[in-house]
Amino acid sequence: MSRLKILALLPLAAALSGCDYVVLAPAGDIAAQQRDLVIISTVLMLLIVVPVMALTVLFAWRYRQSNTEARYEPEWDHSTALELVIWSAPLLIIVCLGALTWMGTHLLDPYRTLGRIHADRAVDQSKAPLEVDVVALDWKWLFIYPDYGIATVNELAAPVDRPINFRITASSVMNSFYIPALAGQIYAMPGMETKLHAVVNHAGSYKGFSANYSGAGFSGMHFNFRGLDDKGFDAWIASAKSAGGALGRAEYLQLEKPSQNEPVRRWGTVDADLYRLILNMCVETGKMCQSEMMAIDAKGGNGHEGLNNTLPLTYDKYARRGAPLGPEPAFVAGTCTPDAPQGQTTASIKAPIDIAPLTGAGLKRPTFAPLKSSSFFLGLRPKSDS
Amino acid sequence: MSPDLLKFIFGRLGFESLPLHEPIVVGTFAVVALGGAALLGGLTYFRLWGYLWREWFTTVDHKRIGIMYMILGIVMLLRGFADALMMRGQQMLAFGGSEGYLNAHHYDQVFTAHGVIMIFFVAMPLVTGLMNYVVPLQIGARDVSFPFLNNFSFWMTVGGAVLVMASLFIGEFARTGWLAYPPLSNIGYSPDVGVDYYIWALQVAGVGTTLSGINLICTIVKLRCPGMTMMKMPVFTWTSLCTNVLIVASFPVLTVVLALLSLDRYVGTNFFTNDFGGSPMMYVNLIWIWGHPEVYILVLPAFGIFSEVTSTFSGKRLFGYTSMVYATVVITILSYLVWLHHFFTMGSGASVNSFFGITTMIISIPTGAKMFNWLFTMYRGRIRYELPMMWTIAFMLTFVIGGMTGVLLAVPPADFVLHNSLFLIAHFHNVIIGGVVFGAFAGISYWFPKAFGFKLDPFWGKMSFWFWVTGFYLAFMPLYVLGLMGVTRRLRVFDDPSLQIWFVIAAIGAFLVLLGILSMLMQFAVSFLRREQLKDVTGDPWDARTLEWATSSPPPDYNFAFTPVVHDNDAWWDMKRRGYQRPLTGFKPIHMPSSTGTGIILAGLATAMGFGLIWYMWWLAALSFAGLLVVGIGHTFNYHRDFDIPAEDVIRTEDARTKLLAGAK
Repeated sequence: MSRLKILALLPLAAALSGCDYVVLAPAGDIAAQQRDLVIISTVLMLLIVVPVMALTVLFAWRYRQSNTEARYEPEWDHSTALELVIWSAPLLIIVCLGALTWMGTHLLDPYRTLGRIHADRAVDQSKAPLEVDVVALDWKWLFIYPDYGIATVNELAAPVDRPINFRITASSVMNSFYIPALAGQIYAMPGMETKLHAVVNHAGSYKGFSANYSGAGFSGMHFNFRGLDDKGFDAWIASAKSAGGALGRAEYLQLEKPSQNEPVRRWGTVDADLYRLILNMCVETGKMCQSEMMAIDAKGGNGHEGLNNTLPLTYDKYARRGAPLGPEPAFVAGTCTPDAPQGQTTASIKAPIDIAPLTGAGLKRPTFAPLKSSSFFLGLRPKSDS
Repeated sequence: MSPDLLKFIFGRLGFESLPLHEPIVVGTFAVVALGGAALLGGLTYFRLWGYLWREWFTTVDHKRIGIMYMILGIVMLLRGFADALMMRGQQMLAFGGSEGYLNAHHYDQVFTAHGVIMIFFVAMPLVTGLMNYVVPLQIGARDVSFPFLNNFSFWMTVGGAVLVMASLFIGEFARTGWLAYPPLSNIGYSPDVGVDYYIWALQVAGVGTTLSGINLICTIVKLRCPGMTMMKMPVFTWTSLCTNVLIVASFPVLTVVLALLSLDRYVGTNFFTNDFGGSPMMYVNLIWIWGHPEVYILVLPAFGIFSEVTSTFSGKRLFGYTSMVYATVVITILSYLVWLHHFFTMGSGASVNSFFGITTMIISIPTGAKMFNWLFTMYRGRIRYELPMMWTIAFMLTFVIGGMTGVLLAVPPADFVLHNSLFLIAHFHNVIIGGVVFGAFAGISYWFPKAFGFKLDPFWGKMSFWFWVTGFYLAFMPLYVLGLMGVTRRLRVFDDPSLQIWFVIAAIGAFLVLLGILSMLMQFAVSFLRREQLKDVTGDPWDARTLEWATSSPPPDYNFAFTPVVHDNDAWWDMKRRGYQRPLTGFKPIHMPSSTGTGIILAGLATAMGFGLIWYMWWLAALSFAGLLVVGIGHTFNYHRDFDIPAEDVIRTEDARTKLLAGAK
């Protein structure tokens, strides 16, 4: 019995426990405007939903069988006036909501540069926005600050009231980049770039995470977003700088391997070209960048010579197992790519198509052995590269 | 044996594929194996195999096939709901450093299987079963247009369900979410059999669904009894017609997108890969071009059920029949223009997002009109609160909330903050449970006396109702709240301890729903035991309005001794009002289709082929495919497709009914 009483108190306890309704009380102007739209739309719809619910209860009660007082008209099934009302009332609400949607969607388009940083403050054009490149990895977030030459994992910081321009991509599968306190989410997708423009108005520490399931380590794929004042931000940059270490291509290929619940990491310097290489899936030496492939294709491809020259384009396709019906036919080895125009290889990078990244290095896997036909594929690989 | 030979025979299936390391699965297997053995033993002991084979498995009678669909749906509901309980348990426990009791490998399969099973193998069979049972009766037909195809479609659906269930004990299911977005579902990131199980289960079941859609469209278009013009069809038949048009127009898209994914996985094409110009977003577009109409495929028949129920139990004509029909047709068309609202957040431009947001909102206009039509059907009626009507009221109150949150999510900027959150989960459970599931339950309790000749026990029915409704609200309202706290879906562990309380409440809700399901099973058992007290001999226990109530309960094999003639859209109500007299003489032999075992054999072969393809047992796949061709072609030489029920049998059946009716008076 006492247990039941405790259960009855649960909702109350929940209400009192001071939950953080971050979607309804965000810290950034974009999220605040999105919150406003949520509330206005809800109120607009309640205009019709509440009467419908009330009428349902009223009619259900009033016209119950035992109430013989109520009128009974078994043949009454049409009223043009009523029909007009029941079609036009929802229509009117949707016209209002539609107008709101059209405006809101364009004004809050994540690709749109910010015009204001707060309801009553325009963007200060003299200050450049903060550029941040975001990469969703298995299963952590990499943030590159191109203007400062630093990079972090699972920690993002930005100065209060300074617009932030995010460029977002992913290494392997789809994720969604979401900091509820800052702005709505947008997907992070491999080989593609999405953008987000936002600003944080209040200093503080907020949660960010992936909002799209991406595999085993998904639950641990979150980070801290810190809104700092200018001085605090400079200090934060300086501390990242002083953390030392360099994030180059080799380090990235190590980092890219799946890992869970990663702690915060910082690098004092970062390869300036790294984000472009990740986006174009050509961090590994010997890979042709997507942009180059597209440029070649746009000029009509490479003729017959280009047909089987697919090795430099292979990113993750058969990395684990190969196709069950046999490996790809043939490869032309030793192409020179723009990375190594003179045919040199970057000797320091030993990162061939390694199956480890995709098997989930260091993760507990089921005792489930896949076929080893990938050895076919690896057997055929030209050795010159690696 | 040499490893090569073993590999040839078993493909990638080996002892290590059996999930012996998962104690939960092993325990489940033990229970299922014991239960299954008891069931099979019982069937053998009571010598029921012959009966089942002759009367049920090989039947082409739309009524029996309809009942088998319902049984499939309810059995799979138990599996799908077990998954739901496991998720609720995991999310309730995994706080403060606790990992809960499910590891990622298991948990990720659980939520994927939950979605797949609930949509494809619970909601679809329940809806298809009701349409199969009711539509031919409502239009005064003897069976569907293609009775053999109907049997085949059913067994293909079972074949898909068998593959999903097999994945529980042999290998694993997909760990991708129920729509299996690439690149995650592609070979590089899901090299195991899980996604292949997903693909082949849906492909096999999809054949059944598509064919059953074609069958029902033909039935409704061609087999209506004299006088039943399109605008005199019962609303349930209208919604069934629209649903099947949606099925036929959208399931091929699913078939194609899954075929492309399997080409990527099996032969190394690049439709949805990251590299070689593949586009995972193309998959997302295609699957939602199927996926959004799918939502309406499920909910339209439910709308039809609510229309029938409201009008019957209010003792009143349906208000605004014409606008109801147009609303249904408008929803059917619009459901193809909204798919992108499932991924506003994938970077489409503002104009594209606005377009799809606004088309989505427009759907709420006909839906709202329907809601008002039900309201004004109740207005000035005499509402009897039998179980079907209770489900309908619960639906009306619940569905408007789900509809409202749905329109909210259709506002792109609002979706940016709520996409993939638990708010979304709450929304679609709100419309699917509040709409489809409540609708299926209303339909089951409404038409059960028609199918079996006795009503369902009201006490256990009401228990089930209250457990379900309170359980639903307790389970899903907290998820709306969590969504507003920015909590996303499919998480396995949580850091923030302040969230835990809401998950505890949701778990309590899920537990109440469990009691609701158990009460429902209890209701079936109790009703069966009390069938003599609950018996209905009139064939019209609810004083209903449409043709299915004009014949006996359960209806004879031939449904109607004489094809009825219709003058009004509440045909049976109209007949009763005009003092219709049942014809007692002049019976003729009735031409009927014969049973055949081909459907179950073909579906068995298709399932074996799917299994072979999943495990790379190429010989099995090839052999079953050859078998499919041979049996399929062989069936065209089967000339024993029809027979005549002799006039004497019809007279005997109808006389028996005359006596029963006289006894009832």
